[in-house]
Amino acid sequence: MLLRHTPKEIKERKALTVNPAKTCQPIGAMYAALGIHGCLPHSHGSQGCCSYHRSTLTRHYKEPVMAGTSSFTEGSSVFGGQANLLASIQNIFTIYEPEIIAVHSTCLSETIGDDLKQIIEKAREDGKIPLGRHVIHCNTPSYVGSHITGYANMVKGAIDYFAESTGKKADRVNLISGWVEPSDMREIKRIASLMGANSILLPDTSDVVDSPQTGSFNMYPKGGTTIADMVASGDSKATLACGEWATKDAAIKLENKCKVPFEITDIPIGIQATDRFVTKLSKQAEVTIPESINNERGRLLDVITDMHQYLHGKRVALWGDPDQIIPMVEFLLDLDMKPVYIVSGTPGKRMANRLEELLSEKVPEAKYKNGELADMFLLHQWIKNEPVDLLIGNTYGKYISRDEQIPFLRMGFPIVDRIGHSYFPTVGYMGGLRIVEKILGLLMDKQDAECPETSFELVM
Amino acid sequence: MDTILKDRQKQILIKGKDQFQMECAKASLAGSVSQRACVFCGSRVVLYPIVDALHLIHGPVGCAAFTWDIRGSLSSGPQLHRLSFTTDLSENEVIFGGEKKLYKAVSELIDKHRPKAAFIYSTCIVGLIGDDVEAICKKISREKNIEVIPVQAPGFAGTKKDGYKVACDAIAQLVGMSKESKTRPNSINILGDFNLAGELWLLKDYYEQMGVEIVSTITGDGRVDDIKRSHTAALNLVQCSGSMIHLAKDMKEKYNIPFKRVSYFGIEDMSTALYEVARFFSNSEMIRKASVLVKNEINALLPALAPYKQKLAGKRAAIYVGGAFKAISLIKALRLIGMDTVIVGSQTGNKDDYLLMKELCDAGTVILDDSNPMELSKFVQEKQADILIGGVKERPIAYKMGLGFCDHNHERKEALAGYQGMINFAKEVYASVMSPVWQFTKPKSL
Ligand code: SF4
Ligand code: SF4
Repeated sequence: MLLRHTPKEIKERKALTVNPAKTCQPIGAMYAALGIHGCLPHSHGSQGCCSYHRSTLTRHYKEPVMAGTSSFTEGSSVFGGQANLLASIQNIFTIYEPEIIAVHSTCLSETIGDDLKQIIEKAREDGKIPLGRHVIHCNTPSYVGSHITGYANMVKGAIDYFAESTGKKADRVNLISGWVEPSDMREIKRIASLMGANSILLPDTSDVVDSPQTGSFNMYPKGGTTIADMVASGDSKATLACGEWATKDAAIKLENKCKVPFEITDIPIGIQATDRFVTKLSKQAEVTIPESINNERGRLLDVITDMHQYLHGKRVALWGDPDQIIPMVEFLLDLDMKPVYIVSGTPGKRMANRLEELLSEKVPEAKYKNGELADMFLLHQWIKNEPVDLLIGNTYGKYISRDEQIPFLRMGFPIVDRIGHSYFPTVGYMGGLRIVEKILGLLMDKQDAECPETSFELVM
Repeated sequence: MDTILKDRQKQILIKGKDQFQMECAKASLAGSVSQRACVFCGSRVVLYPIVDALHLIHGPVGCAAFTWDIRGSLSSGPQLHRLSFTTDLSENEVIFGGEKKLYKAVSELIDKHRPKAAFIYSTCIVGLIGDDVEAICKKISREKNIEVIPVQAPGFAGTKKDGYKVACDAIAQLVGMSKESKTRPNSINILGDFNLAGELWLLKDYYEQMGVEIVSTITGDGRVDDIKRSHTAALNLVQCSGSMIHLAKDMKEKYNIPFKRVSYFGIEDMSTALYEVARFFSNSEMIRKASVLVKNEINALLPALAPYKQKLAGKRAAIYVGGAFKAISLIKALRLIGMDTVIVGSQTGNKDDYLLMKELCDAGTVILDDSNPMELSKFVQEKQADILIGGVKERPIAYKMGLGFCDHNHERKEALAGYQGMINFAKEVYASVMSPVWQFTKPKSL
């Protein structure tokens, strides 16, 4: 047993996180920046952070992930990293020729107190930023928030830098995407286009971290939100921001800067969240919901109807980011399943409140915790005290899954031991269908493998 | 295509064309998309395989989250090392210091897990906020009566290689702690093998067959108590130029234990590693056993390799790995299966390593220090390599360009050391180079 060290008794821990259910801010900033076309993320700090973040993204996507680093030395940690960043900007534009450099800080540069904005200004004054090229930035100290915060900060940084209002509103809606997979971003675009809604998606990692094998390595794949689109987002008539934690700041920024009104909605996972997404989008874009979308919904409902008896009452433990967890919990409830244990490393009361709303009546026994000390260790202890039928979360659940022999659906970040997340969406009605199919497959495989011969059934 | 940074010209050499000495062990250029990691990373990968110790990372959450069980380093017993403990410093502690949190965390963990020793890593931030980690470690050490060893590994203090040294210093604190003092006859320590995919067990088996006693393995499948008595070994075997040589030198100085540098990759180097030990003990029985072992293994191996060699003859390989010593072994191992090395590079090699590489390679081979993806892909295309041998960040680049890949790093799934490892290596290279998938990708000579 790999986690034989997890004891059943739950004691108050004060100072310790074991097997963290989150990672740090910069990796989120890096992921968001990859969703911008022709953009090279840049980590202002020591080499190690950057190397870790790239490796993790690479393991998750099985794709090359490029990013520069300011390569701090002992000296920079004493005198500040200004010289390093200036040199970096110059070197990067000369050698790697991106359209945009997206700089994020690290714990180190934050603690030293480097002022990114001022350093970038200086680079501009010194002529280190060629004409038509851009350097955007955001602050991402990891000891605040989590990787989601970093993602949110970079999206906001991009909008802050690029969005412009000409005063003339265009017949177009901005879709700001929370932290989801490239497959999901592709799906969101597909839904919008099925609805005939003219839209801009930011960020958009499809065709970046799911790029096709062509026989050559391209540092800047064809996907990503373009500069033109980011500029134009200031003239859109509305913004629909999907996933409060990852997108709210950017939406607010855009409203303040360019007077684009916004609505926040959950990431469209499951029936109700997708209903809300589609409805809001149809209102904002002033389009009707087409037959084709209704049919997708109908098909999802049909499958749930056919199989609901296999789902009823199944206990689920899940972990991950609030933006994903909240609609997922809602969906599980709609599937008549019981999300009993939930942890998230992302801090904030908001999450507990939303879960409370969803769970207090339907699953009063549910336990949830987010922020500090809400880690996989705690989750495992809960499970040891009263087991569950299904685990849903990132790869780090595989230890628990193996030790406790619980079927495990991989969702979230990172997934470093399976493929599929980049290619098959979990958002929208079709995404819901995929989730249901996966859950049923897991539960039924277990039943087939373990049930007594007398109740082994051919038809299920 | 002019994608080589001017400042990098001295870190790239083409055999037969350039004459200069490699400039290496240089910090990466600011702004480069370097494939290198940090001091902390170096210390962590070296110490992590000590399986009955507690490893706690004092710092913000990221550094720990990213090193949670990333090295496929196997244990025959405890799995404590696979858990990821961190103090997860928050803003408050960054401002007011994290000492209290650290003290509580370590004490709590020791009570709970009763480890044999504890390693407390401090990362960049801790270096800055000035926590006195050493004092806390001492205090806890006294209170709990076990070794609590601070590992000062702020990432900015250098490269991964500097981290190896930090790790060696930490281990050195354990060496010699047991009361035993008599040197054990015919005994060795195995330094610098991390038991990826169980490789160490292969090696142990070879040496035991020869009648050699293994006092400790540092650090693969490592045990604190073994390390404490490792000073009683008669000889240290050190693999890789980078990671453990420092400890070997230290032990030579303090305990007068001689060391030998060896490599376990490929038939040649593996056999040399066995013979050297036998010769060192000038024990004719041992030499005899070694030659029987080598002969048996090679007799079994060569015919098994033949079909691969036939298919792979003339295929071209590019090597980009962490340590230079490994790169050198790889050149030889590839030659054994009929392949030519057209590019060879490392993240942490030194001048001598690069000279040796130059000697081993054919004219036209590109030799690189601390490369970046653009450069690598440029040369790979120019040289029309069929496979890239590297680490996690290189794999997807290779695949995108439509060439094979073999992981010779942390994510290795099969043992690649020893004779068994040579067959595994050949199989892996073969499976990747000859995969039918490449026929569908565009021809890569652009
Ligand atoms: S903060 Fe420092 S120690 Fe941690 S990963 Fe970054 S460079 Fe390495
Ligand atoms: S120092 Fe901060 S930014 Fe760097 S890896 Fe650690 S937590 Fe992340």
